[in-house]
Amino acid sequence: MVWRRLLSAGIAIAVVCAVDWLGSRYLNAYIYRVLVLCSINVILALSLNLVNGITGQFSIGHAGFMAVGAYASAAYTVYAVPVWFGRSAETGIAAAGAFLIAILVGGLVSAVAGFLVGLPSMRLRGDYLAIVTLGFGEIIRVAILNIDAVGGARGFAGVPTRTNLAWVLGGAWLTYAVIRNLMRSYHGRALLAIREDEIAAEALGVPTTRYKVTAFVIGAFFAGVAGALFSHYTYLHTNSFTFMKSIEVVIMVVLGGMGSLTGSILGATVLTALPELLRFASAERLIIYSLLLIVLMIARPQGILGRRELTLRLRPPRMKPDPALGS
Amino acid sequence: MQEFFQQLANGIAWGSIYALIALGYTMVYGTLRLINFAHGDVYMVGAFAAYYLARALGIGTVTEASPLIAAVVLLGSMAICALLGVLIELFAYRPVRRSSRLTALITAIGVSLFLENFGIRVFGADPKFFPQVIAPRTITLPGGVLVTNHQITVVVVAFVLMVTLTLFIKRTRTGKAMRAVAFHRDAASLMGIPVDRIITITFAIGSALAAAAGFLVGLTNPKIEPLMGIMPGIKAFVAAVLGGIGSVPGAMIGGLLMGISEYLVVGYISSTYRDAIAFVILIAVLLIRPAGLLGKNVAEKV
Repeated sequence: MVWRRLLSAGIAIAVVCAVDWLGSRYLNAYIYRVLVLCSINVILALSLNLVNGITGQFSIGHAGFMAVGAYASAAYTVYAVPVWFGRSAETGIAAAGAFLIAILVGGLVSAVAGFLVGLPSMRLRGDYLAIVTLGFGEIIRVAILNIDAVGGARGFAGVPTRTNLAWVLGGAWLTYAVIRNLMRSYHGRALLAIREDEIAAEALGVPTTRYKVTAFVIGAFFAGVAGALFSHYTYLHTNSFTFMKSIEVVIMVVLGGMGSLTGSILGATVLTALPELLRFASAERLIIYSLLLIVLMIARPQGILGRRELTLRLRPPRMKPDPALGS
Repeated sequence: MQEFFQQLANGIAWGSIYALIALGYTMVYGTLRLINFAHGDVYMVGAFAAYYLARALGIGTVTEASPLIAAVVLLGSMAICALLGVLIELFAYRPVRRSSRLTALITAIGVSLFLENFGIRVFGADPKFFPQVIAPRTITLPGGVLVTNHQITVVVVAFVLMVTLTLFIKRTRTGKAMRAVAFHRDAASLMGIPVDRIITITFAIGSALAAAAGFLVGLTNPKIEPLMGIMPGIKAFVAAVLGGIGSVPGAMIGGLLMGISEYLVVGYISSTYRDAIAFVILIAVLLIRPAGLLGKNVAEKV
């Protein structure tokens, strides 16, 4: 079993590297860039789905955690790496190692922020929770805007480009694997129970607050990872993390189907590609985009996939008959 | 002290505008339990409607600025936005009314994006300068506080509209029906209240108030652009939550508090923290009093 998993992990890494090698060779720079940003959005959508879709807690401040991860990792790369590792960490495998640590730094700092935000806000429900997470997202953004060491309103210049398609695809794959396995575990069932009926879950002995905060922290961690990948790819400014970014991620999750992981991947891909595909109608493209959004919500309110998952299996797995229920 | 009263005066004027927008949020939330994200953009459309109306009436070129013209412009833009609000409800929100609340929320965001991008396409992305419909004058209050007659107009108009709204909700049959729908939609429907029509009226009134706010902003801060509604929209919503969402007097108090605290932050700390203070106050209030200042804490039934 362990060998099988290691094998599939190895295959996944090989595929990711091969795709990156082929991509950088044969794709034009524009499509390559869209693919990278698309994968970052996939990570964001998957991590938000853990909070919104699986645990049922409506958070719309995801961009704030992305910003924390982006700035923490960028600050680490710019200020700490040259001091601790010197010039050797600028190229080759050392640079990759330093970047891996930077991604983890981004994720962990963001997770801490998620804990600090989640602990008080998880007392709230529904719209109040939504507006508080939105508020925290904005507060984080304004706070970063006022830190001069990371550029403040000028933006953070001088962050080296480390991200490529392999990193983001690997990140997206890892996010998917972690959340999928979590969802199928004992703890994942507890999260689903909270979504279905919080009071019933509480009555059955699920420590709801602890699970909600945990889900929030894990979501923040992966948002931080996405932020770290983003900050080492393109120009870093707090304007990338306004509440419109949070809304964008929420739309990806809802459009794909709340609680469906493959739905989130699909939603993130569609919503990243759609504005690009509409580029031919330059002036009207965002009008068309918003109208499509409204029409889609009216026509298919549960999202593209609903709660189902896309699988490679042609037929859904048979449910085993439950002996307790008789036939 | 004079500095304090100066910021207080500015804050009250700006807070009245938040209060007007917040009323629309709280009314719609009261009846539909929907965060109408497009509301801030309706306010933007209101400002532009007033702009084009004032231009059409030839203010600054043909006709003299006068309070009468200003009133015509105000009422005209309110009528246009009332219609817009009704159309938004009819074509976007009514079809998703039976779906989950999240679906409705995303639809509202879609409408918001639509209005913004439509605005950029039709009005142009560059800022426009709102014509002087009332000749500006500065008045010195006792204590050396300077206010413009525009700021006084803002406070007076906002006050009159809020009193009218309160009387309307408390004293008329339609107002009573609105309260009934907000209290329990299905029960109201069983009592023979035409729920659909009441919701339409709610949207019309809320949007008209947002248009009034748009006009008043054009008066005091005469630079208008298609994305001007995003931040005030969010902050007005925060103001509504602060006051207790669904509560009409709560929205007024929340709006004023929001405006005053923003100007105090600008005056005493730094203008870069202006956008954050709204949320700091909100979070502090919600953690202490989760239903807002005037909201009722509804016990959950299992």
